[in-house]
Amino acid sequence: MNVPDDLRYSSDHEWARADGSRVRIGITDYAQDALGDIVFVDLPALGSDCAVGGTIGEVESTKSVSEVFAPVGGTVAAVNGALTDAPELMNEDPYGQGWLCEIEVAEDGALDALLDAAAYRQLTES
Amino acid sequence: MTSETDAKQIADAAPRPAAGGRAASAPLLGRATEPTIFELSQPGRRSVQLLTTGVPEWPVDELVPVEHRRDVPVRLAEVSERDLVGHFTRLSHRQFSVDLGAYPLGSCTMKYNPKICDAVAVLPGLAAVHPGAPASLTQGWLSLLVELEEVLCAITGMAAATLQPAAGAAGELTGLLLMRAFHAANGEQRHRVIIPDSAHGTNPASVTLGGYEVTTVPSDERGCVDMGALREVLDTDVAGIMLTNPNTLGLFEEEIAEIAAAVHEVGGLLYYDGANLNAILGVVRPGDMGFDIVHMNLHKTFATPHGGGGPGAGPVAVSERLVDFLPGPRPVRRLGGVSEGNTFSPSEFAWVEPSRSIGRVHSWHGNALVLARALTYILVHGSDGLQRVAERAVLNANWLRVRLAGVFDVPFDRPCMHEVVLSASTLRKEHSVKALDVAKRLLEEGFHSPTVYFPLIVDEALMIEPTETESLQTLEALADALEAIVVEARSGDQSAWAAPRTTPVSRIDEARAARTLVATFDARR
Repeated sequence: MNVPDDLRYSSDHEWARADGSRVRIGITDYAQDALGDIVFVDLPALGSDCAVGGTIGEVESTKSVSEVFAPVGGTVAAVNGALTDAPELMNEDPYGQGWLCEIEVAEDGALDALLDAAAYRQLTES
Repeated sequence: MTSETDAKQIADAAPRPAAGGRAASAPLLGRATEPTIFELSQPGRRSVQLLTTGVPEWPVDELVPVEHRRDVPVRLAEVSERDLVGHFTRLSHRQFSVDLGAYPLGSCTMKYNPKICDAVAVLPGLAAVHPGAPASLTQGWLSLLVELEEVLCAITGMAAATLQPAAGAAGELTGLLLMRAFHAANGEQRHRVIIPDSAHGTNPASVTLGGYEVTTVPSDERGCVDMGALREVLDTDVAGIMLTNPNTLGLFEEEIAEIAAAVHEVGGLLYYDGANLNAILGVVRPGDMGFDIVHMNLHKTFATPHGGGGPGAGPVAVSERLVDFLPGPRPVRRLGGVSEGNTFSPSEFAWVEPSRSIGRVHSWHGNALVLARALTYILVHGSDGLQRVAERAVLNANWLRVRLAGVFDVPFDRPCMHEVVLSASTLRKEHSVKALDVAKRLLEEGFHSPTVYFPLIVDEALMIEPTETESLQTLEALADALEAIVVEARSGDQSAWAAPRTTPVSRIDEARAARTLVATFDARR
């Protein structure tokens, strides 16, 4: 299971990568593997606000429909429109082309509450 | 033929008909597409001729005012009876049905529907009665409804029932509205309903529609409600708990008496989701377990047709303290007969509105001909027969559990009830063949697929419910087919990825079909 060391993780299997005040998020390799073939992604609306742990999107696989929870709070500043036509990018490249959206966070240190790679790896292996 | 030995050899070598209830032969018409009924339409062609009735013709303007009429005539397909029958018969040949072969769809109880029930439902004395006819002229129908209510209450151990709800989900909503009315009558406003994480998806949906919030309790390692976790979420804000017993893992909730006591302790009600009632018929009753509200899926347990999504029936039975809240009007038995004003004779049966009724949940008397089928099924079996239904449903599921133990993973390896939950987790990890692939591949073998990916708490779940109606030969054939699929995958053959290859359509885009639904021919164009 691929768990890059430079990302932070939520216990709900989302990853987060900070770039200044913007945080790019997606679902982890573990999550995409558990979901199976992803066939539809419901993206959040640009400019919408989200709270930590709030629903920020929906991922439908051949098995089930699952909600994606915001690992950080803020305003949605960008969404990955490529997922509309190619939801399978979430399976193929969960940490790269399969990203979900970017959130403009209000406060510094929004990632501090999230798990580091070692802690997330431990979570998925337990 | 030279000797008996030769004859035996020839007999052994001859292809044998497929054993058991499988539908192994390919559809007659292969993958030829069937046009829609509109594409078969020819202007002026008709399937019916109106007879001369003697009723005089009348100008339509005088019958229906122009403001209540359509501006343009509705566009209907114009076809002959012959083309009409051909069209729908061809479509039916493309369907897998419970009349065609084994349909082990877990949690759905797709048992064979005995034809005698249909024979009763088409009797003119039942089918030709207008639902608006007065009680004095429909004593037969009322007695049928009352008798069905009485036997359903005897089976579930409850005090009274409404026969109105149209199906399981309608029954669930009715039950939650009863729960709400009960608490309101006690001057209480409660906000939460507890649901186990193994519950059917309809449960949280019904709770939300009923105006409550869902609180989920986890299952323990034995697959049952975690009593410790349940006690933590119980307080006087809890309106009730919805339970399926046996639960969706096919396991009996052994601590049901403790659960009932704990929920009643805080003033909550127990709702029994009757989806799995088939497992306990005539053996144990929800009322005796402490349940207050029970819904039954007549199209599951009592073998009425599942149909194309309906019509179904989902009666709701309640304990004594909830009877006054039931939907009305209710058919009731009046012992001794009571005169009803100017009617022809004293009526033994009548319609009565419960004193604190939540109101109607269905027009007229519910899906009445479905109710007639269910009563027929119950009377044909009798109480001893219904008990055998449950015993054999459980026996069949356990036979499959033991037979398939080395083929799939068995997440909860203990005696199950009417269905068994297996997992294709190892198969997927080692050979990249998923539960979905197994399900699709099984269609090629002439069986309907089991339920997959439910319950959600089991990875790569395959949920098999054979029901009591399948023979041992069919179970053997089903198990052999499943084992052959796994052996094939283990040998490196990935045919399952492309399955089904023998059905009229293969893997369709289910997500797009659901997300961008096109339900009319006009929209398709």
